[in-house]
Amino acid sequence: MEFFSAREVTKSFVNHRALDKVSMSVPEKSIYGLLGPNGAGKTTLIRIVNQITAPDDGELTLNGRTLKPADTYRIGYMPEERGLYKKMKVGEQALYFARLKGLDKKTATKRLKHWFEKFDIQSWWGKKVEELSKGMQQKVQFIITIIHEPELLIFDEPFSGFDPINTNLLKKEITGIRDRGTTIIFSTHNMGSVEELCDHITLIDNSRSIIDGPVQEIRNSFKLDIYRVGFEGDPQKLYGLLSPAYEVLELTGGLTGHTARIKVHRKSDDNLLLKQLIPHLHITSFTEEIPSMNDIFIDQVEKQKKKTPNPKASQ
Amino acid sequence: MTSKSSIVIAREYLTRVRKKSFIIMTIIGPLLFAAVIIGPAWFATLEDREVRVIAVIDSSRLFIDQIPETDYLKFEYLENVTVDEVREKFDDTDYYAVLYIAHIITSTPSAVQLMSDRQPSLNIRMHISNAIEKELERLKLAAYNIDDLDRILESVRTNVTIRTIIWQDDGGEKESFSELAMIVGYVGGFLIYFFIFLFGAQVMRGVIEEKTSRVVEIIVSSVRPFQLMLGKIVGIGMVGLTQFLLWVVLSLTLVVISQQLFFPDLGTPSSETVVAEDLFSSSTLQQSQPIESESSARFMEMFASVSAINFSVMLFSFLFYFLGGYLLYASLFAAIGSAVDNETDTQQFMLPITIPLIIAIIVMMNAIMNPYGPIAFWFSIIPFTSPIIMMARIPFGVPVWEVALSAGLLVLTFIFTTWLAGKIYRTGILMYGKKVNYKELWKWIRYQG
Repeated sequence: MEFFSAREVTKSFVNHRALDKVSMSVPEKSIYGLLGPNGAGKTTLIRIVNQITAPDDGELTLNGRTLKPADTYRIGYMPEERGLYKKMKVGEQALYFARLKGLDKKTATKRLKHWFEKFDIQSWWGKKVEELSKGMQQKVQFIITIIHEPELLIFDEPFSGFDPINTNLLKKEITGIRDRGTTIIFSTHNMGSVEELCDHITLIDNSRSIIDGPVQEIRNSFKLDIYRVGFEGDPQKLYGLLSPAYEVLELTGGLTGHTARIKVHRKSDDNLLLKQLIPHLHITSFTEEIPSMNDIFIDQVEKQKKKTPNPKASQ
Repeated sequence: MTSKSSIVIAREYLTRVRKKSFIIMTIIGPLLFAAVIIGPAWFATLEDREVRVIAVIDSSRLFIDQIPETDYLKFEYLENVTVDEVREKFDDTDYYAVLYIAHIITSTPSAVQLMSDRQPSLNIRMHISNAIEKELERLKLAAYNIDDLDRILESVRTNVTIRTIIWQDDGGEKESFSELAMIVGYVGGFLIYFFIFLFGAQVMRGVIEEKTSRVVEIIVSSVRPFQLMLGKIVGIGMVGLTQFLLWVVLSLTLVVISQQLFFPDLGTPSSETVVAEDLFSSSTLQQSQPIESESSARFMEMFASVSAINFSVMLFSFLFYFLGGYLLYASLFAAIGSAVDNETDTQQFMLPITIPLIIAIIVMMNAIMNPYGPIAFWFSIIPFTSPIIMMARIPFGVPVWEVALSAGLLVLTFIFTTWLAGKIYRTGILMYGKKVNYKELWKWIRYQG
């Protein structure tokens, strides 16, 4: 079920167009990746979702209804550039933001105590933010983002500034929140975490949405019919064995055996490849290469650049 | 809307009021005012503690032992030495300076030289030239051989005091003391100038702080930018009012306490006379000493006129013009804060704000001298200067229609500037790393969305 949608959202600023008919459909209880190079328009889109700025055109819906000002209570947002009042005490500050998100003082205090306990940071309550390390501030920021138990959460680069241990802790929390029924929009450049966490993605480049859909489908659709074959035996044999439908792209050897990357020029021939190899070589592994999100990202953005010389790049 | 704004206002207010700097300012503010008044006099006495000896070489021989000495200024009259001789030994002596009076002094008054290895203070130069002038005057008068000269001079010397009377519309008369109105006007106008700058700058700094620490992005995801800006302006304005009221209360307490300590006979005065005595604390001092009957009566009259200045009207108009002026300028300060990335970039935009305020302070000097002149009138109507100029004029009594016109224009203008600032603010707070100029600001104002 669709929980949040943007349809043909367009936004122009004084000097340029930031979003050009961008659409996305975020399913309920999913983690949705919003990808794109710097300056593609992600932040503008996120600001529109948060109703910080209004779109020039297009429609946004939350749970089937047009997005309205009161919906800010149902949305939680952690911007890429984290921000806290440096001179204000941690607990007081968390309370302030919680109350701005519509919680009354009592509920806010109760929930904050709970999260502070969970993260084992009770002792920070009376400290000033400037006394905390960057990682510690991130934790506080995370709590502030989710304290009003929003139905839609937006994280912009949530892992930047976290060490691996805290990154894991945060990942666990994010998937936990998703499992409890929250829909999450997740903007990042870290493609590893996209593959790990996201169910769906939209790739925005140059103010337009260029790819969207479920992560697995996208990766599959960008398959290049390259197979990775692990074998033992004489690697030189390989070249004589294969018919012209196959092309050996790369051959690497190691102590335990060899690996070859073989491109299949016709789709139906992957089983035949194995058939041709088995009589002559001892096959230890056989997998199809599925491109990583990282490769797809770079590939697509590069392609886009060639297609339309970016007018913004000259600025 | 209201509840969110009140949360913002509460934060802006509470975080500032609890700051150490606020508490310190509140306590030392009244002391600082007292220090500004008493300080210079005190320093002047401090400076004179050192006894200075000036060597006098008087070749006219007219002034030997004639220059009056003070506790800290002594003169030693040297005979049969030349300036050069003294100069040679100057470092070995304790002389502060050497005064040389040439013998042609009676015909050439500039034939006096004061020499030292440092710049002699102005006070000493004044003291010496006064003494020599007086002595020369006496000598010249004496040359006319007039009998009873001293008695004649005594009877000739007269001090004139002018009493100003204002005819009231009801046919009555009211004695005014323009010196007092000037002081009250000056203090009122200056306080408003001071408060606008102090708290306007706080608004600007607050906006810059939120922008550079990126807190603003989180806040505007739950509060509309205009609400945030207004919340900040109102919250800080309340801090200003609190500070002012605390100062008033503290000053009154200080006065009452010092009165109980030093003048217990006066008993507990009513609040109105306390304010009067606060403004004229010097007169309370003088009252306890025997003074000439004429000036004593005048002081009593002055007291009566202090009570005649309507302090509730003064307080009310001060609060109105403080708030009006503050709101007008604070929104502009907020707009500037939103347009820049750090405080050093604010310079170019500060000029249009500081210029009218500085003009107002300059015009105020004119306005308290001539409160009904065209300059005072127009600048007390123009909203960008009216808070200061009108405040300075009010103690002299201003026609109601003028006050109404100036107040009405002020309200309209601050609504306009707040609206204008809101447009700049909402774009500016989310704009980073861009050098903004006036052309860019104009685009933001016209930008719809």
